[in-house]
Amino acid sequence: MIRDKVLVKCIVNGKEVAEYVDPRESLLDMLRNRLGLTSVKKGCEVGECGACTVIIDGETVDSCIYLAVWAEGKNIRTLEGLEKNGDLTRIQEAFIEEGAIQCGFCTPGFVMSATVLLERGEVLTREAIKKHMSGNLCRCTGYQNIVNAVEKVMKENAAENEGA
Amino acid sequence: MYDIENYYNAKSVEEAAALLREHPDSRIISGGSDVLIKIREGKMAGTSLVCIRDIKEIQGISKKENGDIYIGAGTTFSHITNDPIIQECIPVLGEAVDQVGGPQIRNIGTIGGNICNGAVSADSAPTVFSLNALLRIEDGNGGRTVPVKEFYLGPGRVDLKRGEILTHVIIPAEEYQGYHGHYIKYSMRKAMDIATLSCSVVSRVDTEKNILEDVRITFGVAAPVPFRCEKTEAALKGMPVDEKLYQTIEESIRQEISPRDSWRASREFRLQIGGEIAKRALIRTVELAGGNRK
Ligand SMILES: Cc1cc2nc3c(=O)[nH]c(=O)nc-3n(C[C@H](O)[C@H](O)[C@H](O)COP(=O)(O)OP(=O)(O)OC[C@H]3O[C@@H](n4cnc5c(N)ncnc54)[C@H](O)[C@@H]3O)c2cc1C
Ligand code: FES
Ligand code: FES
Repeated sequence: MIRDKVLVKCIVNGKEVAEYVDPRESLLDMLRNRLGLTSVKKGCEVGECGACTVIIDGETVDSCIYLAVWAEGKNIRTLEGLEKNGDLTRIQEAFIEEGAIQCGFCTPGFVMSATVLLERGEVLTREAIKKHMSGNLCRCTGYQNIVNAVEKVMKENAAENEGA
Repeated sequence: MYDIENYYNAKSVEEAAALLREHPDSRIISGGSDVLIKIREGKMAGTSLVCIRDIKEIQGISKKENGDIYIGAGTTFSHITNDPIIQECIPVLGEAVDQVGGPQIRNIGTIGGNICNGAVSADSAPTVFSLNALLRIEDGNGGRTVPVKEFYLGPGRVDLKRGEILTHVIIPAEEYQGYHGHYIKYSMRKAMDIATLSCSVVSRVDTEKNILEDVRITFGVAAPVPFRCEKTEAALKGMPVDEKLYQTIEESIRQEISPRDSWRASREFRLQIGGEIAKRALIRTVELAGGNRK
């Protein structure tokens, strides 16, 4: 039987973190219960809905099916790490502008998926955007406004890059 | 909390083999996208785990001097799709595993876990079969190499003994050089759905003579294990590339596969789709070879 906790050192939202975790614990539980990062939502807990999406070393991961001990040495980002001095990021603002939020439960996961996508700097078709967001489910918005928000920021970024 | 009895972290293949033998109630965990789900559902509740994520030698893709491609069992789907060797030499495999689940699953799920899970719907399996891949299995005592088609024993059952670890999926040079492949996954939803039926075709076309020199056709979800359509392959080999070829594959496949009725789809529907996707995949491989469609 597992009795001993394991020390995990990692970077969460730019800060070094050292926590003793249970090897049976998911990263989702560690982030929510030990670090208080409640933007990471617990939806299905079986990798289907994406509500628990975080970014690990630049890739989106469902933190519900990722053991906390695997976080050793990793760089982890959650929604809490996005804002700078109280200002939302452009994609967060675009979600509000486009009405891409209703109940909001899926929003942090969608924003994290959109964030890695936008940071790659590619300009994608609507179909390709949908494919990149397909690991996140939303029961309220019907998706169109979410895709609109991502597309809007993608176009803005592309225009800025051309101007520069 | 996951219902896990004991958790061991292996740093090398030898250590993993030793841990598995020492703890008969343990099983390997790699990406965990099958194992953790089964623990959550209760099917594997109370199991002990030997984690192989920290074993460097089973990560990544390399091409040997003789052209053989070694894919580490611990390589994730997204890394396979983005790998330059895969994109250049066997793009069909990168495209196939890009159809697994959604992005988050592809960032975590490994090709080794996909094959060792033994699911007939595994999106890597039809292409791995059509590429005549070899599986390198280590046990700390010399190990063995087996052709993939001998590895699948039945639904969810593969030829792995206690203490054995799949380390590499090997695509021999002669099995991919000069070949083109295409994979079609037929599912109810475009993403986050497992295949109702799937088919991978790998072919070699003599574009001068306009002849199909070699072809390999494998279906997922048409039998208890991934199914090579050897009769159809034999019938098509050497045929001129024209409409007759495409008609023959469609009809022959419907004779050869024997899919079952399930809540996902009826047998008749799967037969209909089967002929169609095999034909479309073959057409695509001929196009990729630069061959004449007409
Ligand atoms: C939401 C969701 C959607 C999914 N969609 C798809 C899909 O569309 N298509 C698809 O094919 N799969 C799908 N899957 C299943 C799963 O993601 C894949 O089968 C994946 O390849 C499993 O790899 P893993 O590394 O996560 O395996 P794990 O869960 O770590 O292991 C799977 C099995 O293989 C064994 N194993 C793992 N690695 C080795 C090794 N190197 N040597 C020996 N044994 C080993 C384990 O003991 C276990 O029995 C989905 C899963 C989820 C949760
Ligand atoms: S809670 Fe993790 S994917 Fe649903
Ligand atoms: S806004 Fe309610 S689930 Fe997406």
